[in-house]
Amino acid sequence: MEFPPQLRYTTSDEWLHVQGREGVVGITDHAQDQLGDIVFVELPEIGRQVKRGEAFGVIESVKAVCDLHTPVDGEVIARNDALTDAPELVNRSPYADGWMIRLRLSDPAQATELRDAAAYQAALPAAPAH
Amino acid sequence: MSHDGDVGARLAFDRGAPGRRAVDVARWEGTPAALPPPGLLRDAVRLPELSQGELVRYYTELSGRNFGVDSGTYPLGSCTMKYNPKVDDLVASLPAFAEAHPLAPAATMQGTLRTLAELAAMLGELTGLPAVGLAPAAGAQGELAGMLMVRRALERRGDLAGRRRVLVPDSAHGTNPATAAMAGFEVTEVPSGPDGSIDQQALARTLDGDVAALMVTVPNTLGLWERGIEAVAARVHEAGALLYGDGANLNAILGRVRFGDLGFDVVHLNLHKTFSTPHGGGGPGAGPVCATPALAPFLPAPVVTEDADGSLRLVRPEHSIGQLQQFHGSIGVLLRAHAYIRSLGIEGLRAVSANAVLNANYLRALLEGSYALPYQRRALHEVVFSGSPQRREHGVRTYDIAKRLIDYGFHPPTVYFPLIVEEALMIEPTETESRESIEAFAAALRAIAEEAERDPDLLHAAPRHAPIGRLDEAGAARRPVLRWQPPAQPAEPRDER
Amino acid sequence: MTAGGGAPTPYIPNTDADRALMLARLGIDSIETLFDDLPAALRDPAIALPPALAEAELMRLLARRGAQNAAGERPSFLGAGAYRRSIPAITAHLVSRSEFATSYTPYQPEISQGTLQAAFEYQSVVCELTGMEVSNTGMYDVASATAEACLLAARVTGRRALALLEPLHPGTADVVRTYAFGAGLRVDTLSAPQAMTAEHACLVAQQPDFLGAIRDLESVAGAAHDAGALCIAVADPFALGLLRAPGDAGADLVTGEGRDLAGPPGFGGPSLGIFAARERFLRQLPGRIVGRTRELAREGHEPRTGYVLTLQAREQFIRRERATSNFSTGQALLALAFTISVQALGPQGLRRAAELCYQRAHDAAARIGALPGFAIVERGPWFQEFLVRGPLPPAELARRLAAREITAGLDVSARPEPEARDALLFCVTEATAPEHVDALVAAMGTIGARS
Ligand SMILES: Cc1ncc(COP(=O)(O)O)c(C=O)c1O
Repeated sequence: MEFPPQLRYTTSDEWLHVQGREGVVGITDHAQDQLGDIVFVELPEIGRQVKRGEAFGVIESVKAVCDLHTPVDGEVIARNDALTDAPELVNRSPYADGWMIRLRLSDPAQATELRDAAAYQAALPAAPAH
Repeated sequence: MSHDGDVGARLAFDRGAPGRRAVDVARWEGTPAALPPPGLLRDAVRLPELSQGELVRYYTELSGRNFGVDSGTYPLGSCTMKYNPKVDDLVASLPAFAEAHPLAPAATMQGTLRTLAELAAMLGELTGLPAVGLAPAAGAQGELAGMLMVRRALERRGDLAGRRRVLVPDSAHGTNPATAAMAGFEVTEVPSGPDGSIDQQALARTLDGDVAALMVTVPNTLGLWERGIEAVAARVHEAGALLYGDGANLNAILGRVRFGDLGFDVVHLNLHKTFSTPHGGGGPGAGPVCATPALAPFLPAPVVTEDADGSLRLVRPEHSIGQLQQFHGSIGVLLRAHAYIRSLGIEGLRAVSANAVLNANYLRALLEGSYALPYQRRALHEVVFSGSPQRREHGVRTYDIAKRLIDYGFHPPTVYFPLIVEEALMIEPTETESRESIEAFAAALRAIAEEAERDPDLLHAAPRHAPIGRLDEAGAARRPVLRWQPPAQPAEPRDER
Repeated sequence: MTAGGGAPTPYIPNTDADRALMLARLGIDSIETLFDDLPAALRDPAIALPPALAEAELMRLLARRGAQNAAGERPSFLGAGAYRRSIPAITAHLVSRSEFATSYTPYQPEISQGTLQAAFEYQSVVCELTGMEVSNTGMYDVASATAEACLLAARVTGRRALALLEPLHPGTADVVRTYAFGAGLRVDTLSAPQAMTAEHACLVAQQPDFLGAIRDLESVAGAAHDAGALCIAVADPFALGLLRAPGDAGADLVTGEGRDLAGPPGFGGPSLGIFAARERFLRQLPGRIVGRTRELAREGHEPRTGYVLTLQAREQFIRRERATSNFSTGQALLALAFTISVQALGPQGLRRAAELCYQRAHDAAARIGALPGFAIVERGPWFQEFLVRGPLPPAELARRLAAREITAGLDVSARPEPEARDALLFCVTEATAPEHVDALVAAMGTIGARS
């Protein structure tokens, strides 16, 4: 399982990729693996203001459903509509094609409060053999 | 069972031929009245056209692709898949009961009303909660009735505004929290302790003056007795809240201890589970509520009442939460439950709980060592194992174990519930399984545990001997196909103008 | 009951010998030990139940009870939500197959294709009849399905009031109020769709309405939509053999009662709540939904078509307190019966049966209306129910008919609609025996001549 070093991570298994004053959000490889086959992703309207920790959407697999939490404050400026027809992109490519929303960050400094890849990985439960 | 051919690809809609029919309809011979104006009428309706024999063959073929209790062992935990006496079906289908119109005057329905009144009295006696409402259509609707009664009772005493929360243990069936939400409450989950009962300290911390009720399943969904429930009841009442009981697991304690004596205010029962209605592929059921006399005025409508002259009729309790169905409830299921109780009597019902619990413990003993037992306590009506060693050590999931059981000719147990047990296998044999069939089921599960070590891929590929193999459930949810549609027409010839 | 160490009941196989073996394996000598966790002070209470009955005795008891019901035998002209239908003989035959009857919710699709494929047939039939795009596998009954539809409307519109268009079945209105009490929604009763406001999440309209008249659903749906609300049509699925599909007329959600086509009225239950919707509400639907899919790929094997429960993330066992409903056990066997009846009738049969119902009812009404002292209340087009005013007050007329062993139509004289004043709501369907209608007309003629 991969956890790219350039990303920041939440305790609820989302990642944030800061690109200047913007950031892209998705869920981690671990999260997609735990959920199993993802069948539906509900994303917010463009223009919505979201606050750190708040749910911005919902993700469903065959047997589970979870809220998606925004890692930082910001305004939604884009969303990955490809997930409507192909939610499996989140399973296949959690860090690239499976991205969810792009935010205009209210306060880029908030990102530094998130975990780095090593800390996120260290906090994961031991994986079963599979 | 025929295994070849793609039966699923051909619905009734895809079979037959235009002009065939399965039944004749009489013709109107008189002078016809004018039909309503065309704007109110429909176009043709698309329905299959099959001869009677073809239609019967099709549904008979489908029935062959199903597994019921009458087919074999069906130890689906929490569902009490016991053998259902055929005489109970026969009783419910007697024309004198089955042909009655729901609004038939009470004077013409005394036989049915007497039977329902007797059922209510017997359920009151069995639960120790004498105020009984028979209207709810299933367990979940019984829960809704009970929680709305709680809401109404709090409203009547001017205490609703301050009591917004309902406490639900983390082992509860999903209908419990969903019901509490439908009844207008916020749900607080209460953790279970290491012995599988409610964590008393956690409960004490969250049980405040803003709690409307605690919902508890007895015995709980781990198949375990809820230790200290009488003390919990006292504490709940001290806090001014009510104690709701999920009685779906009554089979375990029939005749041995009563909800009312334990301090519950209101419980629902699943008659289709404990009191013998064939589960019908998912219903119908019935979920009566039994309550203390103090809650009687809030019961769902209608209830049967007896007048001074001994005649019976249906009435609406004084502060009823209202009706739950357009008419009076699942009468056919109620009649079956009545017949079942009358045919067994109290000794027979005690034998039910005795043998249900004995069977579950026997199964537990036969499987101990092959699967992990998260709670080292005596089981009641069901036993919950965990397949997590199999998952950790061999990469075999409980899902795979369940599928492999199909190859051995058994219906798999409930899996992945309760949520607090990883890789849960929840097994409820019921009292109607024989010792030999329990031994055979246990032998199959033990063999599967060995296969998991030796040949995990055998399990990953199971079932091999079923009408169909594993299905693409993710595909079904990603691109839902939810109804028949006519085969695509060839593209319209292009207009060449 | 354990005479001679045998099995305690015909349904419990364990004998004393079995029990002894099993207890030995558990290392205990009494089953009572297994209940040691139960509080000792409360154990084994005295419970007074009538004595046990052997099968033959039970049948005698219930035959006696049945004889105290007079309702099944007599001519009856009650409708008002429960309509006698001519059910094809194959329906009862097929649903009694124990592979269907004794299975449960199809959690294991590999050995539940019978239930699942039949449920897919059901969803297809419901969509065809109602003109909707999606259907669940059925709910408890029409009234609770309608209440669930109202909750859906409140969720998607974010509005806190419901509008019920009269005349609506009082049982349906009652159940909507019960569910609304839990959800904290206000329920308003409207006598015309124009009374809709921007507070209303939905407008509930029955087709045909409670007093029997066929509505112009298009104008009802239009009024709902003008107010930004959803239109919920509560339609009789049998009448939809003749009447315009509610989906065609603009309804957003359709509910209905399927019991009448599944079997005899059974004093009102178990029933079958039809619930169908526009596709855009799919993820808001309560209840179970079956979807079509294929086998997972296996080497050397062409994947076959199969059916599964799907879109389950809506449901209580996954979403718990945030589920769209607490719905769990439903009415699968009635849904199967409904499907078989409708498919047996087929497209022509259903239309012809609906027209036969229409003609028999209109003929009976014409004969009654021609009797001196009797009148049929004029309400525009109607299907199978009509309002009768007689020479006597409705309750008295019903009593006189009852004295002749005829059950009159429902007394609706206490309702608010002017047309219901002094009226009984009579119902005649394709399954009403012609000689029962003759008996009614004769009895009314005599009563009319005497008063
Ligand atoms: C413990 C428990 N509670 C409640 C229910 C809900 O009952 P029903 O399915 O009849 O709605 C069930 C079964 O599904 C159950 O097992």
